[in-house]
Amino acid sequence: MKSTNPIAALFGRSPFKAMQKHMAIVAECVGEVPPLFEALIAGDQESVLRAKERIFEREQAADAVKNQVRIHLPRSLFLPVDRRDLLEVLDRQDAIADIAQDIAGMLVTRRMTVPENMQADLRALVRRSVDACSQAVTVINELDELVETGFRGPEATRVETMVETLTRTEDETDRLGIALVSALFAREDSMSPISVMLWYRLIQCIGDLADSAKTVGDRLLALIAR
Amino acid sequence: MEIIAQWGTVFVALALVFGLYMTWGIGANDVANAMGTSVGSGAVTVTQAIVIAAIFEFAGAFLAGGTVTATIRNGIIDATAMAGHPEQLVYGMLASLVAAGIWLMVASARGWPVSTTHSIVGAIVGFAVTGIGVDAVKWGKIGEIAASWLVSPLLGGFLAMLLMWSIRASILTAENPFQMAKRWGPVYVFLVGWIVSLVTLFKGLKHLDFHLTTSQSLLASTIIGVAVAGVGKHLIDRVRVDEAADRTFHYASVEKVFTPMMIFTACAMAFAHGSNDVANGIGPMAAVVSIIRHGGEVAQKANLPLWILVLGGVGIVVGLATMGYRVMQTIGTRITELTPSRGFCATLAAASTVVVASKTGLPVSTTHIAVGAVMGVGLARGIGALDLRVIGNIVASWLVTLPAGALLAALFFFVFRLIFG
Repeated sequence: MKSTNPIAALFGRSPFKAMQKHMAIVAECVGEVPPLFEALIAGDQESVLRAKERIFEREQAADAVKNQVRIHLPRSLFLPVDRRDLLEVLDRQDAIADIAQDIAGMLVTRRMTVPENMQADLRALVRRSVDACSQAVTVINELDELVETGFRGPEATRVETMVETLTRTEDETDRLGIALVSALFAREDSMSPISVMLWYRLIQCIGDLADSAKTVGDRLLALIAR
Repeated sequence: MEIIAQWGTVFVALALVFGLYMTWGIGANDVANAMGTSVGSGAVTVTQAIVIAAIFEFAGAFLAGGTVTATIRNGIIDATAMAGHPEQLVYGMLASLVAAGIWLMVASARGWPVSTTHSIVGAIVGFAVTGIGVDAVKWGKIGEIAASWLVSPLLGGFLAMLLMWSIRASILTAENPFQMAKRWGPVYVFLVGWIVSLVTLFKGLKHLDFHLTTSQSLLASTIIGVAVAGVGKHLIDRVRVDEAADRTFHYASVEKVFTPMMIFTACAMAFAHGSNDVANGIGPMAAVVSIIRHGGEVAQKANLPLWILVLGGVGIVVGLATMGYRVMQTIGTRITELTPSRGFCATLAAASTVVVASKTGLPVSTTHIAVGAVMGVGLARGIGALDLRVIGNIVASWLVTLPAGALLAALFFFVFRLIFG
């Protein structure tokens, strides 16, 4: 018997749990970025490859969940938030995993070494960028609580504070990125031009991780503000 | 008249069989829809829902089911138009029961959206127009009923939205939602008992010869409300903070407070459903029995024999026990998105709307009202995702069920006339 029971048919699949699941996978993907750089600094090519494999695999898993969310979000669904705003958040979440993949790809296509005087700054930038991503995960984990409270009240305020913290972390990564670029600039003449070019791109990408994490928070605020 | 004298026993037997079949169908399908929000939010198990439904459907039918039964039985058709031909009314009512019963069976087997109320009202209008004449139908009453089909889901939705806002303001967006839930929970439980008993007892229960003044009914319902709230408070007080669950979902403990509260709305909903939908089965049955008992006289003001109400209640419970539980299980597993706080709002709003309709004697669709109430919670930004295609299905059930019921009833009316003369 086909179920066209109106009560059962009324309830669509809520996208919020799936969004959180997607973000958790993105977090696992980004979690491999620090080991990737540690392996790079140590010059351990095998570990670099292993980390890259993990990142690629998690990125694909995130893509699969993203597509599932999109498929189960037809226009006939009535959501407590704007459908486009929600898909925007999802896209930003996914962008984080994409960037992690880009970084991993860059590190294996060309063997790179980390100059001694850049190691500390690189570690700091990577750590804070990944921190920003973790904060975005915490923010997204509040989605079900926001639905519960109707995107209002102390819960909404709490999420706003979380996004503020995220924004501050992102600002910090901007400064760390500039410091790293300066260190690179000081050594430019002693490195091959291609290496220098790639390093600039790499530093940009690491910063983009934090940047995307920040936009996840910003877009979530747009959901609350409706 | 001689037809009545000759075939009277057969007519009564047919009315009982068809009427019981109809109430069985209501128990098998409709009750599950009424209890769906309670089972789906995990507040009651399927077994508990069946026990609650068995008791309160029966109570609703017995205490508050008389007015809608009267509407179905002699509110739609102008009996004076057929005073000389009581057998025509008997054929018509039997035809309506068979038509609605068959249509419900076919439609639910095919998975088409149906409403018991719409099919029985469509059937009665159908046989009256084709068999007796357009003037035999009290169109004013039909207009009222049709309007109530539109208004009642909207009212249910509006009430649910208000409740959701109220619960959000008093509990969910408070600084310490768990304590607030414990403080306000009994008040909301009071509301459940108070509204349902006030509407039911207002001005007394005529068919039971139980009369009350306005202030007496207010007093009685307040006493019932307080008593219910007392039981509710006892259950709510036993709810403890679940720290482990709160770590993954901060409002897990708050929702746990709403779980015992939903037992009361489940009871209210079963009561409301019994008070309205049982009439679809026993209304035509009562009409036939009354004509035969009065030797062919179409008595306009005849009392409803209590045993017919009891029979209706029994039919529903049997339907529930034989098939309804399976529908309930299906619904329960499908709507896990509904949390107890949402379920509470939707169910209380729907139950209140239905009892008001029952008191006014308007046959409404409990299912459509429940859908409207859930939509209302959704409009208050309370539910993750609602599929609006259901609205289209409901409109379709209107457009398809009314003519289908009418045509089938007209057909069976002529069949009965051929058989009995």
